[in-house]
Amino acid sequence: MKLNWSDVTPYRMFLDRRKFIAASAAMLAAPGLLRAQGLNARPSPLSTDEAPNSFEDITNYNNFYEFGTGKTDPARNAGALTTDLWSVEVTGLVDRPGSYGVDDLAPANALEERIYRLRCVEAWSMVVPWIGVPLAGVLNKVGVQPSAKYVEFETLVRPEEMPGQRRAILDWPYREGLRLDEAMHPLTILATGLYDQPMPNQNGAPIRLVVPWKYGFKSIKSIVRIHLREDQPVNTWKQMQANEYGFYANVNPTVDHPRWSQATERVIGAGLFGGRKETQMFNGYGDQVASLYAGMDLSVNY
Amino acid sequence: MVRAANDALRRLPVWAVWLAGTIPFALLVWDTVTNNLGVDPVQQIEHRLGQTALYFLVAGLAVTPLMRLTGLSLMRFRRAIGVICFAYALAHVLAWVVMDMALLWGQMGRDIVKRPYLLFGMLGFAILTILAVTSTNLSIRRMGGQAWRRLHKLVYPAAVLVAMHWLWATKVNEVQPILWASAIAILLALRVVVRRPLAYTRPARA
Repeated sequence: MKLNWSDVTPYRMFLDRRKFIAASAAMLAAPGLLRAQGLNARPSPLSTDEAPNSFEDITNYNNFYEFGTGKTDPARNAGALTTDLWSVEVTGLVDRPGSYGVDDLAPANALEERIYRLRCVEAWSMVVPWIGVPLAGVLNKVGVQPSAKYVEFETLVRPEEMPGQRRAILDWPYREGLRLDEAMHPLTILATGLYDQPMPNQNGAPIRLVVPWKYGFKSIKSIVRIHLREDQPVNTWKQMQANEYGFYANVNPTVDHPRWSQATERVIGAGLFGGRKETQMFNGYGDQVASLYAGMDLSVNY
Repeated sequence: MVRAANDALRRLPVWAVWLAGTIPFALLVWDTVTNNLGVDPVQQIEHRLGQTALYFLVAGLAVTPLMRLTGLSLMRFRRAIGVICFAYALAHVLAWVVMDMALLWGQMGRDIVKRPYLLFGMLGFAILTILAVTSTNLSIRRMGGQAWRRLHKLVYPAAVLVAMHWLWATKVNEVQPILWASAIAILLALRVVVRRPLAYTRPARA
């Protein structure tokens, strides 16, 4: 018999139990212990009401080539990654450049839960309950200078902990970029957790980008650098194969990837005969983001 | 040594190969019903069926070079190996049609025409179908040995198409498809380089 996510004790109830135990323990021990047990993120009106994929799905089906090209490689290999003492270099056209800790960028009291659809360029999709903060707030905190037009992001390079980086399958470090107005959009977040707990390594710990109206590869993981600049940055997949991956990478059922159709998607967790679902323009976030691209030819700027 | 091995092989019934050919399928069914295929079982099923077909294709291609290089003859089993290859290829295509593409015929048709890796795969499958259909004793008799052998040399382009199908389906250069494409290239090249059984493979008469 196949159990569905709906048959499982809801993660929050499960956590409540753990929280209760943890809270009892915390009464006796240091109050700081409580933190890791639940992030207590605020719900957000920007969340979808679609049912999220299970924690199991989300943490065992990842594209994170730093840990291998197979979907299960990240779950298998990411345990070796050390994420404590993490810092993010904020550089370029900002008023307050410097080295920021994860807590500086995404303080516990600012965390929101954002349940977003995730559409991969490989034509599959999931729903993920991210925990994070709007990128706009972070950028305002570091002070974006008027000449800045783009934001560039960079992933950690550490081949000794990231076995996928020992081969030059991509030009490491992984890099991504957004136009400033895309970066400042309320839907764009820096995520530090999912399902009310800290970000699992294979999902991009300790801090990653999530841009729900773009193909998943734009949502760069394990960020170590945020660079504000005037010109459009290079993004890794476009650099690898410019006719297949663009800078914008907006989910768009009418512009096919050269090697597969983007008209439909397979919903992960739907079972053996779950079929395919029609892909929505901007992954269903068109009402909020279509205006960003007014007047642009999206078959050219794909 | 080689003679003893060949004697043993002669005693091995062909149905043993048919039986062995069902093992990967049985394992896949087992993994499916025990929910052991991970988060995306559709992709697992599709990929494992396709890869198994490729393994049998390579095994079939290895028979002649093996005989020429070592004197070991698996020739009796080659047709069974080929038909098993086709059975997995058919299951692979069916998994794609039914589970992956959910019978969206229009999208499938457009995809095959437009996308090289699907086109390669489909052409390879079309060739394998022709070879499987003409794999019976009756076909050999009707066509005549020489014409039949010539037709079945189509397995060479099929192998190349299938190798390209896997190589082009991946997003970056992955190790596995490169290794298997190399194996196919080597097995095809060996046919040209080693044209007849090497002398030492023919045991001296007593």
